[in-house]
Amino acid sequence: MADKLRTQQQLESLQNKYVGTGHSDTTKHEWTANIARDSYASYQGHPPLLHYMAIGMGMPMEKVRMHCMEKMVLPCGPAPRAED
Amino acid sequence: MSDADFEKVRQAQAERNAASGKKGFKDASSQRTNSDKASLTANFDKDLYGDDSSDKFAGYNTSIAVNDDEDMEDADDDGDNGRLVAQYTATDAQIGEWAHGETAEADILQSREKQAQIASRETDYQKQRFKRGLDGDGEKSYREVMLQRDMEREEARVQKLVDEKEKEKMMNGDDDEMEGVEHKALLKDSTPPAEEKKTTRKRRWDSGAGTNGDAAANGTNGDSANGHATNGEAASKKSRWDATAAPNGESAAAPVKSRWDMVDNRTAPTPVAAPEATPRPVQPSFSFGTDVSGRNAPLSDEELDEMLPKQGYKIIDPPPGFEPVNAPKHRVAPPATPVNTGGFMMQEPVDPRSMDKQLPSEIPGVGDLQFFKTEDMAYFGKLVDGADENEMSVEELKKRKIMRLLLKVKNGTPPMRKTALRQITDNARAFGAGPLFDQILPLLMEKSLEDQERHLLVKVIDRVLYKLDDLVRPYTHKILVVIEPLLIDQDYYARVEGREIISNLAKAAGLAHMISTMRPDIDHVDEYVRNTTARAFAVVASALGIPTLLPFLKAVCRSKKSWQARHTGVKIIQQIPILMGCAVLPHLTGLVQCIGENLNDEQVKVRTVTALAMAALAEASAPYGIEAFDPILNPLWTGARKQRGKGLAGFLKAVGFIIPLMDEEYSSYYVSQIMEILLREFQSSDDEMKKVVLKVVSQCVKSRGVTPGYLRDHLLNDFFKAFWVRRMAVDKRNYKQVVETTVDLGSKIGVGDLVERLVVNLKDESEPYRKMTVETIEKIVAAQGTADINDRLEERLVDGILHSFQEQSVEEQVLLSGFATIVNSLGTRCKPYLPQIVSTILWRLNNKSATVRQQAADLVSRIAIVMKQCDEDQLLSKLGLTFYEYLGEEYPEVLGSILGAMKSIVNVVGISTMQPPIRDLLPRLTPILRNRHEKVQETTIDLVGRIADRGPESVNAREWMRICFELLDMLKAHKKGIRRAANNTFGFIAKAIGPQDVLATLLNNLRVQERQSRVCTAVAIGIVAETCAPFTVLPALMNEYRVPELNVQNGVLKALSFLFEYIGEMGKDYVYAVTPLIEDALIDRDQVHRQTAASVVKHVALGVVGLGCEDAMLHLLNLLYPNLFETSPHVIDRVIEAIDAIRMAVGTGAVMNYVWAGLFHPARKVRTPYWRLYNEAYQFNSDSMVPYYPSVEDANLKRNELMIML
Repeated sequence: MADKLRTQQQLESLQNKYVGTGHSDTTKHEWTANIARDSYASYQGHPPLLHYMAIGMGMPMEKVRMHCMEKMVLPCGPAPRAED
Repeated sequence: MSDADFEKVRQAQAERNAASGKKGFKDASSQRTNSDKASLTANFDKDLYGDDSSDKFAGYNTSIAVNDDEDMEDADDDGDNGRLVAQYTATDAQIGEWAHGETAEADILQSREKQAQIASRETDYQKQRFKRGLDGDGEKSYREVMLQRDMEREEARVQKLVDEKEKEKMMNGDDDEMEGVEHKALLKDSTPPAEEKKTTRKRRWDSGAGTNGDAAANGTNGDSANGHATNGEAASKKSRWDATAAPNGESAAAPVKSRWDMVDNRTAPTPVAAPEATPRPVQPSFSFGTDVSGRNAPLSDEELDEMLPKQGYKIIDPPPGFEPVNAPKHRVAPPATPVNTGGFMMQEPVDPRSMDKQLPSEIPGVGDLQFFKTEDMAYFGKLVDGADENEMSVEELKKRKIMRLLLKVKNGTPPMRKTALRQITDNARAFGAGPLFDQILPLLMEKSLEDQERHLLVKVIDRVLYKLDDLVRPYTHKILVVIEPLLIDQDYYARVEGREIISNLAKAAGLAHMISTMRPDIDHVDEYVRNTTARAFAVVASALGIPTLLPFLKAVCRSKKSWQARHTGVKIIQQIPILMGCAVLPHLTGLVQCIGENLNDEQVKVRTVTALAMAALAEASAPYGIEAFDPILNPLWTGARKQRGKGLAGFLKAVGFIIPLMDEEYSSYYVSQIMEILLREFQSSDDEMKKVVLKVVSQCVKSRGVTPGYLRDHLLNDFFKAFWVRRMAVDKRNYKQVVETTVDLGSKIGVGDLVERLVVNLKDESEPYRKMTVETIEKIVAAQGTADINDRLEERLVDGILHSFQEQSVEEQVLLSGFATIVNSLGTRCKPYLPQIVSTILWRLNNKSATVRQQAADLVSRIAIVMKQCDEDQLLSKLGLTFYEYLGEEYPEVLGSILGAMKSIVNVVGISTMQPPIRDLLPRLTPILRNRHEKVQETTIDLVGRIADRGPESVNAREWMRICFELLDMLKAHKKGIRRAANNTFGFIAKAIGPQDVLATLLNNLRVQERQSRVCTAVAIGIVAETCAPFTVLPALMNEYRVPELNVQNGVLKALSFLFEYIGEMGKDYVYAVTPLIEDALIDRDQVHRQTAASVVKHVALGVVGLGCEDAMLHLLNLLYPNLFETSPHVIDRVIEAIDAIRMAVGTGAVMNYVWAGLFHPARKVRTPYWRLYNEAYQFNSDSMVPYYPSVEDANLKRNELMIML
């Protein structure tokens, strides 16, 4: 009982630090949204990769970066309505 | 003696008796007549012994007064008039030195439960909190409260006048008048003067301005004090004893009916507690034999009648002002509660008095409590009255609910407490502020409250405050009354708690409300109330910000109406920097301006506290903020010239703290200005003043503007004359302060000058004085070195220190370290003195007393290095040989020191040139290894380890093996240092004689029972493998795994784990060799086996990161992975760690392929550990996970950017 409580607290503190961490009740939507956001963040954080993409997409690097940033808002569309 | 003489003497005596009787209580009518009791002085059996009571003393010389008590009464009358000279006695400070403050000693006579109570630790000043009432504060308007305060002040003024008048009368020596007064005090009557006095003495908590409470007080007072006299002998059996002492008797309705009592009765009238239900004190207890209070309970009338002789004694009326000490006004139960304090309890025969009533063992609806005290009954008695809850109103039910929850919080077990606290917090708004605080606050005023209970109740208030927010407003003052005393508690944490509550309260109630609530207390008549209010106000200031409060404070500090208000205002400002530290800096100018004018206040107290406030502000803002103090420098310095006594101490303190803020020119000027006063006050006999002066001197000396020349010319002589006297060394506090100040002086004027002055004292006859000198010199020399000391001084110094070292009556650490510091600092200059020092040491090594020998040995270990520097190898080897002879020492402490000295000699001399030779020394050390004393163990093993490290060849292998066996025992030692030293020594020995034999010994040791020993053996194997290359160890170790014994196999795995941890990257050559073994271990049935194997995997994997052993690691991962579903915390932790380590070794992508499979598994039991793995990976490798995320088919979720190809 006490142990469960502690695990719960640990998980909460972990989730406060890292938004992308999950638990057994994480939905597909949450998870995929996190994946998408992490991916966009990662592209922006690796300039060579961003450069590569910019060449491939035929756009200036800054634009690609903006694009990555904008895509981070609702990357997988709005959350599906909870089924009652 | 003739009959005539005899008759004369008798008459004289009778006259004298009559005379003294006139004064007091010879009034027979006020005495009881107990005709049914036998006389103690007359013969009982008159047939046998005759009835001689009338003329018992016939034939005796009665001129010698037998009952000298009567005579003493006469003598007392003179008082001090007969004595012409005042009596010499110790000061209060000296008498109380061991009772209070830093040097206080615990009173072993006090019972433990009594010690646990907060009230028993409090000073009289702190106990004043009980005088503050709770009732009716909230309902009054601000105006009414202010009116009441005015009235109280007026009362206090009148009372003071009356007191002064009386004092004046006494000074005039109006004897007749005095006698009359005394009569009135003792005789029974209800004369008007006494009553008038009563009204003036009315206290604040007599019910308000109304007079009904007062009348009641007078009524009860008259009854209880004089009841018997007026009743005469009507109540023959009832004596006056119960009117005074019995807590439950009539006087339980105490003479002065306080509001507190009314609260008490209203909230908790309980069947047990109600006075009429139990005419005699109830002594309930928990367990038999632990009830100490039973023995100490007030005695009943009957018992007293039996115990005390009837003749020759009289029962005296208590004087009108008397209130029995042990009759608690606030509660009806006796004070000390038996708590099982956990120690051994003697079984005692049961005291019948403690049998008549038991406390309930269980409270309905609450469950098992940790404890239940007698006092609790007064508050929680309602819960056991068995009333039907169905018939109660909602309000009553609510009250009950709160009561139950509070009881759970206060007395319950930790889990009960937790849930109850949560319930109270969650429902706080539903319960409402009123019902909650009406129950919590009285509990906090309980006298027998203990720390833990108070902590819990304060916690409840804190939580509830948070929830109630502005609903608390009506209760602000009540809460403050209860919480403010926490601010002056001795316990730091209590103070912190108090601050937190008050600051939360301030945030909840708002500034305006706080000010209007606390304003009336600012000029309260009672100093205690003003003091606590000031502290509380400082907390409010720190919570709501200084700027918001500043205008109000300005107004208070300039109050024309009363100096008390100004005093409190300044005190608030004094407390603010103490609370907030350097955070006052932005508001410093405002704060200083606020109180600047008060430096010239007409009241001494205000001036003093202003100076102290300045000191606090300067201390908090150091080293900045001198600009803020600029305007007050002049008043401060000129003011200091005008003050005397306490006021001057405050001003000097302020000066001392402001000087360090100044720049050079200013400080030198201002120091010279204050120096005159300082020098004058050197002569002061006041301890407090001395302390302040010393502090200010050291602050002045430290400031940069003061030159050494100035100090030499103006300060040094007077300073030494005033403070370097034997008397200063006796008092602990003075001692410390003098040493500190002198060291500060030394850092300015140089070592030479100072030591020159001090060195004479080293040969002083007073030992504490010598000690003080040594400590000072040590501190100066340690900080400044001895370059400044000339040859002649050096000689005197060493001579002096040797002298004081030899003359110690108690061996002190101070002298040892002083000696060592001086010798080390002198270095090679010591050479001429070394023979003398060594001969002293040798002499003292022969001493009978163990501590002397120990100190001598310790000194050698400190100065060995200097002896080497001086090339005194001869002396060193002589000492070495002596110590070698003393290895038979029986006191372990001394033996430890001797070994330590030996070690330091070996260190400086070197193994090869050591005398005695190592081959002789080591065999002597082997048996000492068996010594169980920690100090001996640690020093021997250090010495042995050093020899094994530096010169193993001097001893043959067999001796080393013998030492190995002894070392195994060391692995069981409690001290970590010893175990570590033993392990390291294994490594050295293995290196010296090759690993085979050592390893065999260690492997055998894996079979022993003790876990700690096995673990240490495993560590030792790891160390051996590290020092002698793994290939020398691994084959034997792996071979050992074949032993079909769980302990051994586990030990091997553990050793492998340590081994791979220590060898790190070297492990890549052995990965494939050990893989089959780990494979086997990972699929073992035993959990612990797999767990240990997992930790081996972890260390192997971490060792081979990036070294190309991915195949082996993946193989191990496959075997490891099924263990993911283990539930035992240790096992699962190790397994997860191992998987993490493999993730490092083989890359995130490969391991994540294992993880994706289970993240959305239908079974939660599967999902949970998988998500844990995912989270671990996410924390440490989230970026490297990006390329490996599974592709999702949904068009929305495709990561098209990754598909770009050039």
